[in-house]
Amino acid sequence: MTMVDQAPVVEVVGATVRFPAELALDRVDFRMFAGEVHSLMGENGAGKSTLIKALTGALPLDAGVIRLHGEQVRFSTPHDALAAGISTVYQEIDLLPNLTVAENIWLGREPRHLGVIDWRRMRTAARGVLVDLGLDIDPASLLGTHSLAVQQLVAIARAISTEVKVLVLDEPTSSLDLDEVAELFRVIRELKQRGVAILFVSHFLDQVYEICDRVTVLRGGRLVGEYLTRELLRIDLVQKMLGRSSGELVTRQRSDPPTAELTAPYLSARGIEAPGIDGVDVDLVEGEVLGVAGLLGSGRSELARAITGVDGITSGVIRIAGTPRHPRQPRQAISLGVVYSSENRRTDGIISELSIRENITLALQAQRGILHRIPASRERELAASWIDALDIRPSDPERAAGTLSGGNQQKLLLARLLALAPRALVLDEPTRGIDVGAKVEIQNLVTELADNGLSVMFISAELEEVLRVSNRVLVMRGGELVGSHAADSLTVDSLLAMVARPDDEG
Amino acid sequence: MTSVPVTTEKAPTGVVRRFLSRRASWVPVFAAVVLLVVIFAAAQAYFGNILTPRVISALLLDNAYLFILAVGMTFVILTGGIDLSVGAVMAFTGMFGASLMRDGMPSAAVVPIMLLLGAAFGLAIGVLVQYFDVQPFIASLAAMFAARGLAFMVSLDSIKVEDGAILWLQSTRLQAGVGSWYITPTGIIALLVVLVGALVLAFTRFGRTIYAIGGSEQSARLMGLPVVRTKLLAYVVSGVCAGLAGVVFTAYTGASYPLNGIGTELDTIAAVVIGGTLLTGGSGYVVGSMIGVFVYGTIKTVISFLGADQSWTRISIGALLLMFVVVQRVIVARSNRR
Repeated sequence: MTMVDQAPVVEVVGATVRFPAELALDRVDFRMFAGEVHSLMGENGAGKSTLIKALTGALPLDAGVIRLHGEQVRFSTPHDALAAGISTVYQEIDLLPNLTVAENIWLGREPRHLGVIDWRRMRTAARGVLVDLGLDIDPASLLGTHSLAVQQLVAIARAISTEVKVLVLDEPTSSLDLDEVAELFRVIRELKQRGVAILFVSHFLDQVYEICDRVTVLRGGRLVGEYLTRELLRIDLVQKMLGRSSGELVTRQRSDPPTAELTAPYLSARGIEAPGIDGVDVDLVEGEVLGVAGLLGSGRSELARAITGVDGITSGVIRIAGTPRHPRQPRQAISLGVVYSSENRRTDGIISELSIRENITLALQAQRGILHRIPASRERELAASWIDALDIRPSDPERAAGTLSGGNQQKLLLARLLALAPRALVLDEPTRGIDVGAKVEIQNLVTELADNGLSVMFISAELEEVLRVSNRVLVMRGGELVGSHAADSLTVDSLLAMVARPDDEG
Repeated sequence: MTSVPVTTEKAPTGVVRRFLSRRASWVPVFAAVVLLVVIFAAAQAYFGNILTPRVISALLLDNAYLFILAVGMTFVILTGGIDLSVGAVMAFTGMFGASLMRDGMPSAAVVPIMLLLGAAFGLAIGVLVQYFDVQPFIASLAAMFAARGLAFMVSLDSIKVEDGAILWLQSTRLQAGVGSWYITPTGIIALLVVLVGALVLAFTRFGRTIYAIGGSEQSARLMGLPVVRTKLLAYVVSGVCAGLAGVVFTAYTGASYPLNGIGTELDTIAAVVIGGTLLTGGSGYVVGSMIGVFVYGTIKTVISFLGADQSWTRISIGALLLMFVVVQRVIVARSNRR
């Protein structure tokens, strides 16, 4: 089935994409073969989306070339890629709910007669494609009247209704139930028979192993390697995704178990249910760093967002300082001393246009309310002391926050939260996409804060890091808590094994 | 396409449900029709003589320019934009055309010039919106000031139109059928514009792309649709309609006056919204906008029948607009929840 000696349909060589504050893709090579299902694997920020966008003409390459059937091509718009036979179904369903199902399939390529759209022919053709997908819906109905799963299949119908050579499916199964996934796989296998090269991106390992022939792993914008799925053990795949600089010292910074058993937890959550979370218990103990390990989609971020009032919980009990509390807004959680730092530093964190000083005092001012304005002198004092304490560079408090490096932006966010004098700090991937030096600084800072009596929840995709800073480690998989262990009792390998185990095994 | 045996469709679970799944976006248009019928019925019951051929024929004549403006405005609003310049552009093209005709240029040359002028204003707004990322509100506001200023540059006083062809557009009463039904060429132009607008939106790629952009500009772009060209063209369509309205309004008043059409852009937007077009774009019909103009015109007629001050027209339209916008918000909120 593998066609090793066959030339690739599409080949990307030395792809490089630069964003203002980071290198999103760094000289990545990637290729796809006809009749093969290929998976692109990696954690958040690995460069998967960037590579897909480059391949589908949504983003230009700063360096590198794309070859289609051996010939170099340049896509400046998605339309170019589409015309060349590369169709994409994006993660967020990018269809138009205000138009009919038939139009969503044929828009831009409507059958016409003397320049006039032939609605009847369009509906018939749409029905043909839908029936191919085993979907029996009225092509003349408005797309918005259907469920997300049906909309997803309509998106695929659109993609395969062209002379498609390469089909890119970006997280196509995230909104589908099991039967629908099976249905989708049937369609994928059929397209494979027709000789279509399919890129299947998903964070569900089971699905990747079920459907994919070949897998390319990215990490931090770099290529880790390309492998045949049947030759790559699951645990090896996860290890390659999460990264493991072998031999690197995993000196535990928090080897002394604090008096965790003695003190009552500051925040204690029992049986937490929320979208993506199923019956999870968490205790945040003062002076302790609680690490959370799990793959993308394991529920690690959802847990953090649930207990800090960002998304809220659907059922369960949260006790803060012994009292049942159910923060429904981050504002409420903050006033209870529980603060959250998002994994999306740039979009959900700093405000690029505001200065360092304004970013630091923002949350504190919001907490005090509009009537208790922080005096300018106090603001400057606050900013200066936090810049000094966290060693934020450049140290000019009037610099726009957007001009800082990733590591300094993260410190800035920490400063903002710490200015609130919190009791529990929930950090979602605070070290993602920042350089090694800044990473170590943030890790040190986290342990220091815990030493000072703060309770910290630390989420990271890097297992060494979790082990290094944590006292205890929670392991998440498929929205469930599958283990809670003292960090001392774990090694990177044992933790990796727990994170990577298939969902259907205990 | 491979030929696939088309399976017979399952019996619809309910006629109403099937209808709604296909035609949900027509519901606001029906609401406008119902409103129109209610107003007519109430007025007929009160006055007893409002539903006469003469009054209804006059509705089309008196509001011909508004029908044309509403068609152009519908294109723009469907993309999620707005065009505040149409009243001023109508006034300016009217002034410019009248001055050319006063200087002896034949109307056959003047009318194309007026349409091109309108197109130029639309293009300028489109370029500002598309290439300079200016809010449509601001871009068209700037165009409105420019056009109004230029209208005053042409002349501070009204210019009388003597051109026979232009006056013919207005004065010819084509008798239709029995009774005192009539239609003027301006009315025919208005109905033609509505017809062409409706057909373009329903049956051309340009028209469908307009709906796509209003649904989600980002999605439309990812689908490879010509977003830039289509949005530019939508403003050009509105500009051309404003130019044509300039011709029709000049014929209607027999003269051009630089203060013509002040506030007309807002009347137009009100008519379009009452006719069921969503201000957020992506949903609405030219036919709905036509109904909206009929509602507007009928209220105006009723107010004058009552002998009340015309400010009551504005008040009633304002109240209706508010009601319709709130209803729209509810509809949108409900469909988002799904």
